Amino acid sequence: MTEAQALPRVVPTPARGSLWARLMAGHALPVAIVMLSILVLWYAGAVFMNAGLQRDAFLNADVAHYSATDFVVGTWSQERPRLPAPHQIAQELGKTVLATPITSKRSLVFHAIVTLEATVVGFLIGSLFGIGLSLLIVHVRSLDRGMMPWIVASQTIPVVALAPMIVVILNQFSITGLLPKALIAAYLSFFPVTVGMVKGLRSPDPLQFDLMRTYSASAAQVLAKLRLPASRPFLFASLKIGVAASLVGTIVAEVTKSEDGGLGARLLAGSYYGQTIQIWAALFAAAFCGAALIGLVGIVERALEPGGRTAT
Amino acid sequence: MDLEVAPAQKVSSPKPTPLIAVEDLSLIFDTGDGAVHALSHVSLDIRPGEFISLIGPSGCGKTTLLRVIADLEQPTGGRITVKGLTPREARLQRSYGYVFQAPALYPWRTVGRNIALPLEIMGFSKAERQARVEAGLGLVDLTGFGNKFPWQLSGGMQQRASIARALSFDPDLLLMDEPFGALDEIVRDKLNEQLLRLWNRTGKTVVFVTHSIPEAVFLSTRIVVMSPRPGRVHDIVAYDFPRDRTLDIRETPAFLEVAQRVRQGLREGHSYD
Repeated sequence: MTEAQALPRVVPTPARGSLWARLMAGHALPVAIVMLSILVLWYAGAVFMNAGLQRDAFLNADVAHYSATDFVVGTWSQERPRLPAPHQIAQELGKTVLATPITSKRSLVFHAIVTLEATVVGFLIGSLFGIGLSLLIVHVRSLDRGMMPWIVASQTIPVVALAPMIVVILNQFSITGLLPKALIAAYLSFFPVTVGMVKGLRSPDPLQFDLMRTYSASAAQVLAKLRLPASRPFLFASLKIGVAASLVGTIVAEVTKSEDGGLGARLLAGSYYGQTIQIWAALFAAAFCGAALIGLVGIVERALEPGGRTAT
Repeated sequence: MDLEVAPAQKVSSPKPTPLIAVEDLSLIFDTGDGAVHALSHVSLDIRPGEFISLIGPSGCGKTTLLRVIADLEQPTGGRITVKGLTPREARLQRSYGYVFQAPALYPWRTVGRNIALPLEIMGFSKAERQARVEAGLGLVDLTGFGNKFPWQLSGGMQQRASIARALSFDPDLLLMDEPFGALDEIVRDKLNEQLLRLWNRTGKTVVFVTHSIPEAVFLSTRIVVMSPRPGRVHDIVAYDFPRDRTLDIRETPAFLEVAQRVRQGLREGHSYD
């Protein structure tokens, strides 16, 4: 046995592997499989949900004999289906997002921007209020007992019931436009931020607090050097929940106050005229906005990560 | 090594004023199911420059005594002064550095910024902070690790960083609560030697909590043997090894004699209830 003979076996084969193994290694294939399953189920569901309508349609048009293919294709191309097929929603999105100028009231981008403005303003108000409230609760002992029940109670009121009243009351004080919607968004988003931050500000272990005490650190120093840095992961987790809640709040407010437009107004109009495809397109736009907002919070979180540059 | 001549090394005056004076100190914790006598009528004087070890089984109150000195616990009876002040006043004057059982480094700060933490709080200038962090890293053999994060260091290195942090603002008094308890024997030996050299060089007063007899005998000038339920002082063993002793001293008869007395004290004080 010589070295030359042994050598080829020592050299590792290039990491080629089978196509299957390479596909499974990444995220792409599992995601694609899930997407595909959803699409298949959806198309099947569309046939099932729209079958009645389609039978009526053929009956009204005096079509007595139709093939199964005609029937299935029919259920996927109705104008006002109970459940629109995915490609119908995609077409509607393509039409209202790409093919329509942003300035037009028919553009979904226009409505998404209206919604996002109120969402972001409301989210900022709610987050700042939530952080302020958590600081008070952690530092003032009596507030902890006194305020927490009210904060929890505030969230038990259905926002659908509350939103119109807030709009009406604020209208009384000539506060209109973006602010009432933003306040409803803030109302929903401050709660997760408050709860998360109270937990985060109290998260350091007793040893870490003892250490501060041995230095005779002031309450402000304990806050700046221990409580706030320790609460960072809690803050961003609750900000992600908060921003999603803001979006929900804004959309609910827009259903109440639809004259300014927005995705909520779009949903209302769609349901008013039975435009299911429009409703679904607006839903998808809302979901996309939510995902984008959460992603944005995640980017800020990563940018503020300690050691993001030095840690490997 | 001639241990008999060691007393000549004493630098303190014949009647030194104690740095820490503990007199008839008691602390009763009021727990849900009855009172716990963590400390019962403890009296102890600690002179400047001494290395005092508090040794005893768990529940003997050794950590509690250290925490009372540091004003982290409030006694329920007796008197205690630190530098002639109440523990609270001494704490507010930032009289001591405290090393905990765990390193308690803040994970979001680099090692260097952890060492700088007390300096930031005490308002040292940026230049002064940098100089002291560098010196502190050198003191505990961590030069070049200032920009690492705690999780990138071994347990022993983390604990060394926490010692550098406690020493960064140069307190005369160092309170150490089982700082090497979680480390393996070899690392512990090395850190014991480093600590001893540090104490010899700087002339600081150290109060050191441990439950290891060899560690206590090797490091100390006096060992306070404590016993549990209620926590009290059972025996105080004073001896004079040279300040620049090395680990070899552990093989000498004098060392074993002191260790034997400490062990006996621990056995007597231990109640098997």
